[in-house]
Amino acid sequence: MFNTLKMRRYQGYQTISDVKAAEVAEAFRGLPAIDKDKCNNCSSCQAICPTGAITTDPFKIDLGRCIFCGDCERKCHDSSVTFTNFHKLSSTSRDHLIVGASTNKDNYASSAITSSDKIKKIFGKSLKLRQVSAGGCNACEMELNACSNVNFDMGRFGIDFVASPRHADGLVITGPITENMAYALEDAYLSTPDPKIIILVGACAISGGLFEKSMAVNREFLNKHKIDLYVPGCPVHPLTFINGVLTFLG
Amino acid sequence: MNWATIKNDQVIKIKDIPLVDDMSILKGEIVKSHKRVVGFFGYDEGSRVRLYVVMADDTASNLLISSSYLQKGQMYASVTTDVPAFHMFERELYEDFGIRPEGHPWLKPVRKKIAEYPFFKMDGEALHEVAVGPIHAGIIEPGHFRFMCNSEKVYWLEIQLGYQHRDVENLFIQNNNCFNSHLAGSIAGDTVVGHSVAYVKAIEALQGCVISQRAEIIRAVALEMERVATHIGDLGAVCGDIAYLMGNAVFGATRTLVINTMLSICGSRFGKGFVDVGGVNFDIDSDLSEKINETLDKVGKDVARMSETMFAAPSVLSRLERTGVVGKNIALEIGMVGLAARASGVALDVRADHPWGCYKDLGVKKEVLKNGDVFSRTYLRYVEIKQSIALIKELLKKLRDNKNGPVFVSPKGPLSDESMTVSMVEGWRGEIVHVVLTGQNGKLSRYKIKDPSFNNWYGLGIAQRNNGISDFPLCNKSFNLSYCGNDL
Repeated sequence: MFNTLKMRRYQGYQTISDVKAAEVAEAFRGLPAIDKDKCNNCSSCQAICPTGAITTDPFKIDLGRCIFCGDCERKCHDSSVTFTNFHKLSSTSRDHLIVGASTNKDNYASSAITSSDKIKKIFGKSLKLRQVSAGGCNACEMELNACSNVNFDMGRFGIDFVASPRHADGLVITGPITENMAYALEDAYLSTPDPKIIILVGACAISGGLFEKSMAVNREFLNKHKIDLYVPGCPVHPLTFINGVLTFLG
Repeated sequence: MNWATIKNDQVIKIKDIPLVDDMSILKGEIVKSHKRVVGFFGYDEGSRVRLYVVMADDTASNLLISSSYLQKGQMYASVTTDVPAFHMFERELYEDFGIRPEGHPWLKPVRKKIAEYPFFKMDGEALHEVAVGPIHAGIIEPGHFRFMCNSEKVYWLEIQLGYQHRDVENLFIQNNNCFNSHLAGSIAGDTVVGHSVAYVKAIEALQGCVISQRAEIIRAVALEMERVATHIGDLGAVCGDIAYLMGNAVFGATRTLVINTMLSICGSRFGKGFVDVGGVNFDIDSDLSEKINETLDKVGKDVARMSETMFAAPSVLSRLERTGVVGKNIALEIGMVGLAARASGVALDVRADHPWGCYKDLGVKKEVLKNGDVFSRTYLRYVEIKQSIALIKELLKKLRDNKNGPVFVSPKGPLSDESMTVSMVEGWRGEIVHVVLTGQNGKLSRYKIKDPSFNNWYGLGIAQRNNGISDFPLCNKSFNLSYCGNDL
């Protein structure tokens, strides 16, 4: 018992005190910066992108598809793509995830998330979420778990993951939505009381990612229900998720 | 000769693989060999299926390969009846091709038609069933657990998986070897480096591509970092499941240090995009090497301090010891691998048994415990964290002595045609096997993946047997198996 208490003292305070101001390490691949002047339209980046996230003429990257592998940055002869470490990538609009040469971190973040008084009033002080992994590889799942560890401590904002959809205000979906999980996902949605929100986490959930062309995937759920928040990444960084949800709650 | 012999990562032409006339002869050969199965899968040739068998001779570091033709819908005498470790492999073969192993004790779906899954039934007034999943209480992948209980005691836990099935093996073929290093990193997102290394080794072998010594060392650093990070996370999770929250918090924060170091090397906390065919995409310079060393010193110290405190606490030991026991004989019989097998006294470690790259010189010692309980599986993680930290430090020293090598060489074009290779890696869970077949023009024709979870899920069922249902989270976490690694 005494040793356990000594350990507590040794550990001290591990929590990031200001999650809004916190930055991720320099090496992190976050918002891409596109330099259109350097680009000679060779389209080679388009061919090597594993998820078809890149379109050229005009040059755009879809963060809902991007797995942030950095292949385009490494293999571009003209160095026209560089990944910045800016991590606040969440958006309430699917279209906003498609970024171009004019995008920078300020104009991206300022208009990425539209909050509303209604959302703030209902969920602003307490948001309980049910996570459903539907083919997620466990990377996004581990990062969502990390949101509640002592470093990120999302619970202090009244945002928690709960054990049942009956206790939840919304679903957080990871994975490309496999055929074998389609029914359970729909069931979880129906079991969540209204009003409720849906958050898609990671490239797989947002666009199918690397599994878009798989025969074992069934994304019908997404055609039926309105998505409230998109959180890009492969996997998402805990700070991307927490900041996205906090801004969404207003 | 009914077996061809190769080493880990060696390429063999398909024409050189023995083709045994009849499945019953092949079965006899398998039983007679007394070796361990690492691959048993079919390749679709239209009306018939060519069945490939890969057996590991762990003492001689050899892999024995043989094959036989089977007609679709055919029956043959099950190998499982003589060698139980085949039970999952035969279920998989039946699911894929309708080839029925006669006498198989439980020929149930593995990952495809799971809606029709026939559960075991027990009858009796005092008995009840508890059904959990596919969606679990925590943030975790989906799977269905059916407990057959008498009061608190679980007679049998049936584990039904398949919810995560993404058709990964076929995607490898569909992609025609573009983007596959990324796909390999998403087979199981908790074993990004393990599966990536298994993939790139196989492709490099088929290309005849030799990567630099420096890249080999960095791959090993990445693999050991993944082991350290996940083992620390698991120690924290076991603490969480016994309400030892101090350990949960401390191990959680310590794991963050390791994965953030991974981030500073390669831009991803889990090592996505780190390893590629031809080497690695990120170098470790002397500054970074120094930083990793410093972080590992702190991590090693914190883990030791917390572990020594935890493993001396009677309230912790009373929950871990003698809970969820898998004996050595059963572990051997059902073909368990990796950490869970070593905790039951089965000395298997690909790094020592079938070493590749710089593991050939490292001489990794197999860490083995005897009791096969939750304590052993938990304590072994602590032992392996210390071992892996020491290995990384040794590797970083080698890296400093090896200053000038490139970390990436351009891959060499087409794969060897009509060939096969077996690539094995010891991931943090255990033995990862990727078997790759090519056809004409060196196109991929079959990509077979075996995650260690495929061997070990049944072991969790055994561990739970005759234990209280409230010990399930603990048993489960002490294994920490992959759902998508199994479901593919």
